[in-house]
Order: sequence, then structure tokens, then C-alpha cells
Amino acid sequence: MKSVATLILLIVTPVSASAIDIFACEPEWGSLATELAGDKANVTVATTAFQDPHRLQAKPSLIAAIRRANMVICTGADLEIGWLPLLLRRAGNSSIQAGNPGHFMAADYVRKLEVPKIIDRSQGDIHPQGNPHVHLDPRNIRRIGIALGDRLREIDPANAAYYDSRLADFQSRWNESIDVWEQNSADLAGIRLASNHRSFSYFAAWLDLNIVATLEPKPGIPASGAQLATLLEQLSSNPPAAVIRTPYANERPSKWLSTQLKIPEVKLPYTIGGADNVSDLFALFEESIAILRELAQ
Amino acid sequence: MKFKSVIALLFIVGAYAPVAYAENLAVEVAELRALLMETRRDYEDRISDLETRLASAEQLASGAKRDASEAFEIAEQTAIDQSSSTSAANTFNPALGAVLSGRYGSVDEAWEEIPGFQPAGEIGTGESGFALGEAEINLKANVDDRFFGNLTFAIADEEGEVEVELEEAWLQTAGLPAGITVTGGRLFSATGYINGFHRHTDDFADRPLPYQAFFGGQYVVDGLQARWIAPTPLLFELGAELNWGSGFPAAGEADSSPGAYTLFAKLGGDVGVSHSWQLGISWLSADALERGDTATFSGDSELAVADFVWKWAPHGNSVQRNLKLQGEYFSRSESGVFDGLVYDGDQTGWYLQGVWQFTPRWRLGLRHDVVDADNGPLLVGTQLEDPGRSSSRDSLMLDWSPSEFSRLRLQYTNDQVLADTGQQWLLQYIMSLGAHGAHAF
Repeated sequence: MKSVATLILLIVTPVSASAIDIFACEPEWGSLATELAGDKANVTVATTAFQDPHRLQAKPSLIAAIRRANMVICTGADLEIGWLPLLLRRAGNSSIQAGNPGHFMAADYVRKLEVPKIIDRSQGDIHPQGNPHVHLDPRNIRRIGIALGDRLREIDPANAAYYDSRLADFQSRWNESIDVWEQNSADLAGIRLASNHRSFSYFAAWLDLNIVATLEPKPGIPASGAQLATLLEQLSSNPPAAVIRTPYANERPSKWLSTQLKIPEVKLPYTIGGADNVSDLFALFEESIAILRELAQ
Repeated sequence: MKFKSVIALLFIVGAYAPVAYAENLAVEVAELRALLMETRRDYEDRISDLETRLASAEQLASGAKRDASEAFEIAEQTAIDQSSSTSAANTFNPALGAVLSGRYGSVDEAWEEIPGFQPAGEIGTGESGFALGEAEINLKANVDDRFFGNLTFAIADEEGEVEVELEEAWLQTAGLPAGITVTGGRLFSATGYINGFHRHTDDFADRPLPYQAFFGGQYVVDGLQARWIAPTPLLFELGAELNWGSGFPAAGEADSSPGAYTLFAKLGGDVGVSHSWQLGISWLSADALERGDTATFSGDSELAVADFVWKWAPHGNSVQRNLKLQGEYFSRSESGVFDGLVYDGDQTGWYLQGVWQFTPRWRLGLRHDVVDADNGPLLVGTQLEDPGRSSSRDSLMLDWSPSEFSRLRLQYTNDQVLADTGQQWLLQYIMSLGAHGAHAF
């Protein structure tokens, strides 16, 4: 009888009582949460760099994780429309529902690019609020960081001073890094690239890269053979420097096009874990710029 | 004399000239020095003036830079505010989605009943030729901060008459803590694995035989469902349902107490990053009163279901390639009176299926489904006459999904439900319009 009671207690007692549990939809937000919350938070990241954040399923492990979370940090702007609403409904967790402090959508704090003028599925799997891949502009990370710092203070006021100091420290390191990255990548301005999906629009806008072609004819719709052939014809007179893609994207169309054009096919890290040495946000931008600089030489 | 005086003048001039020259030079040097001093002063003034102007310009520039960055931030903030606040009378409309489906079939050995089972719902092979499927319309939205509402109705043409069927109409709590969710209204029961899904999300064109035999396709609850998720790293969920409705296998019994109730448990998690799984067990107990159209059943119906699903995708990214394996086992015991005869029968059924997405957009599936009735010797000559063999099918399907919202499917079935084997070919389309569908596991 006593052992049964212990078992029930074990099941019912939350895994950790002291730290806040953060459920991050994508690795970039997991990394930002760790930067700002340090050891005051247990961060669970729902996806890896090798998983398409558009197309995930509300799998059992995620339901279990979101049920225990004090806070959800996701991109928003419909990136997770297929699975996050379902997870929220299944969670039985009031603190993370929309409208509560525990519900944090990063894209709400930045200006979205590529807001479609025509909202119709004939245009592909478009996002009415604009391109959701906002994290690849470090100035967006700065803005989102400030908003996230405010939110952490609100959720866990006892540790407000701790979050303040971590935010100040992060911001000063981040601003310095942005200066360095901008100086280091001055020669990348105008470099012509073809991209698999519109995953790098913010990165390109920041560094003034010129994405001359997208392999997907419409967002979320893979190119057919004929469409790729047309693209090849268009690009062959003045080929871009490389074809870039995310780690989770199908490599075949980009490989084919790069072989035909005799240009490199490049997998940019896109997010934390997208390359072996990309373990945090700083490394993400360092590595992405280093890869492109190698191309430019 | 004249000559003498000229000489004297020359002498005087000759003696005095160098002195005058030296005096002139000194004046000139002094003048030059003064000029130099003046120029220097002038340049110094101008330089200092330039320096002052430069400093003030620099100050202005930095001010302008600050102003510019402030203006930029304000512009950004305005853009952010504007981009997330458009308001109109229809802003609060629920998410609206419609599903259109239809099929072309080539069916021999068509059936509408499974031997040894009381028919329920709209089951069977359908007829040869083109058949328009149900047009399903779904509305869903948050009611307020505490409730979420969902309404699904289906419009179907039944032999020339348009029928509207209420498939789902439920409210769900959105703000309960501690892993608790309560749903009420008309809902798909959580019994088994695929019962909770809409049929258009199925991996085959028709439901597996156990679902057709034991539920008439789908077990629908008119009542309440409560679920609790444990705060554990693995998903551990317990739930119960009370059904006052007459969804098969319940019928007619409910008054103040429900006619049927369900208990279910689910356990699920990941193995590494590439594998996910879920196990479930459910128990459904129903009272039936005059269930059926021609011959009726009154009595108790007890059903146990065990289900599993296992999914694999390289790196957990199901977009390129993935494999899904699932199976369910049903075991039912019914006792009471059927068509005026004492009836105590046991029925079982199971299916196993695998669906493999071998390249983006293309999936291949294989399914084997079986049901078997052991109804005893007393019911010879009735609907429940024991056929003395099990009914089974083997199905192979290939489907193509150009986008997340459309699917075309070809399915072949080798059908051994009746005594004679039948061959069926189905070509099916399923199209989703409007609101983005949910990627349930």
C-alpha cells in the first residue's frame, strides 16, 4: 500500500519544482531561452535542425513535454500551424495557452518579410503573416531577446534580477558580435545565390545577399523535373555562386541543379545543430558567414 | 665746370646708393614678416573655425544617427503593431475547412453486411462506378479563454435526397490545469487508435474490418469525455467517456444513466530521434435496447481493444521518407436476446497495416484485416448465424499528395468477407479546403 502511494506520488510530482520548464518549438528559441534563463530553466526543444518545422506531428513525447511546460516559445506566424494548436489543446495546461504569459511567439516582435498580397492556396503553403523564418537576422534575435527577457521576469518574478543581468550580458555580447559579423561579411553583399525554400530571406536581407532563385516554385511545393529544367535554363547564362539549402530540405533538387550549373551545393546550418560545430546562436551566425565567405573567395 | 659737377653728383650717388639699398631691404623683410604673421593668424583662425564646424557637424551627425536609429525602431514597432492588428467584422470567424471526397470503384462480390455480425452504420464495399463521398464541413475556434468549440457536419446524397449529418459538435476546456481536459457534446471516442480520426485522414480508402464490424465505421459518443495526462517524460494518459447516445454498439438504453462507458489508457514516447510509438488499451461497456433495424439485440456488449502505432522517419523528418506501422486487436463479448433467441457470442477482429512513404509525396500501403464471430449454434438462420470461418481482406494502396491539402489514391483489395472472393479497385480523391489541418500522431 505504501509502495503504491509512493508510485502515485512519483507519477504526480512534477519532475522539477525549482526551475521553470520551457518548451521551445525550434532549436533557435531553445538556445535563446538558455542564454537568458541559464540554469533557472529546463529547456525541451521539440524539433531538430533536421526536421521540417512546418511538417511535424503532435507526437506523444511532445504532448508529454508540453503538458509539463510553464512556458512555450515558438516562432508563430503559422510556422507550427499543423501541430502546435493540437499540442496546446491536448496539453491540459492553462499557463501556456494563447493570451497567457507562458505563450510566447517570437515572430510577433519583429517585422515580417514577404507578406503575401494574394492569400490563396494556389500560391502554395503560404503564411498570411509573412515569412516565418525570422531568426536568421541577428537584429531580430536582439528584439526577441528583449521581449523574452520581459516575459521571463513576468513568469518568474523571484528571479527577475537574474534574468535582467543575463539579458544585459547577452545583449552586449550579441551587439558586439553583430558588429563583427557585419564587418566580416561586407564582401558578401550582392553575392548571388539560389535557395531551396525561402528559409534564408531574413539572412539575405541582413547581409544584402541576392537570392536570385528559389527552387520550390511555390512555398512548400517541391519543384517538378520540368520546373527545375526551366530554372536551369534561366540561370545557366549567369549562374549564381551556389545553391543553398537547410539541413532538413530534400538535397536532391539542389544537388541536381548545382551539378548542372557546376556550382557548389551548400548546406547552411539554418539553426542550432545544423552543423556539428553549431551549438548556440553565436556559432550559428559565425558558421553561416564562414561558409559563405569561403564561397565568395 | 659743368663736367665737374656731373662727376660730383655721380660720386655722391655712388656713395649713398648701398646705404639706401640696405634700408629698403630691412623694410621689406619687416613687411614680409608682418604679412607672414598675418597669414598665419588668418590660417589659424580659419583652421580653428573649420575645427569648430567639424566638431559641430560631427555632433549633428551622431545626433542624426541616433535620431535615425530611433526613427527606425519606431517605424519597425509601427510596422509590427500594424502587421498584427487588422480588425473587421469577420476577424473572429471560426477556422473554416471543407473536405471533398469521391471515388470511382470496380467492385465484385459487393457486401453491406459481414457474416456473423449485426450490421451497423454505413459499411461495406459500395457499388461499382463513381460515387460522391461525403462533403465534410468543419468549424472550429476558441469560444473564450476557457472553451474551445468544434463543429463538423457532413453533407451526403442518399439516393437522390441530400442528408446533413452531424458528425461532431463538441466543446472542450482550454484552461484546465494539471493535465486535465474535459470534452462534451458529440465526439469521436478515444477507443482504439484510429477511431478518434476523421475518415478522410485514414491511410486506406475504407476502414479496417474490425471498425466496420464493431463500430459501424466509427464509435461516436454523445456525452462527456475526461482525459488526464501524467506529468511524466513518457506520455501516460488515462481517460473515461460516458455515452448517453445511441452510437453503435450502444442503443436505446440511456435515460438518466449513460448507456455506455469507456475507459482508456495510452502510453507513448520516442526511441532516439527517428522513432516514435504509442500503445493503447480501451474497454467499452454498452447496454443495448432493441439495437438494429430488422432483427434487434437487447443485452450487454463488452469490448476490449488493444492498439499500437510505430512511426519511423530518418532524423524524425517525415517529409522525405517515413514508415508507419499500426495494428489493433478487438475482442467483444455480447449476451442477451437477439431476435427473440437467447444469444451469448464472442467476436474478435484485428488488422495490421504498414504505410511507407518511399519518396516525397508518394506512399505505398499494405493492410490485412480480419474479423471472426463465434456466436454459438443457436442462431442458425438469423443475421448472426455463425459462418464457421473468418472474414478477411488484403489491400494494397498507392497514394500521391501533390501538397498537404490534396491526395489521390489507388487501392486494390482482395476481399474474402463473403464465401466467394472478390476483387475491388478504388480510385479516390480527398481534397481539403480552407483552414490548415492538424498533424495528429
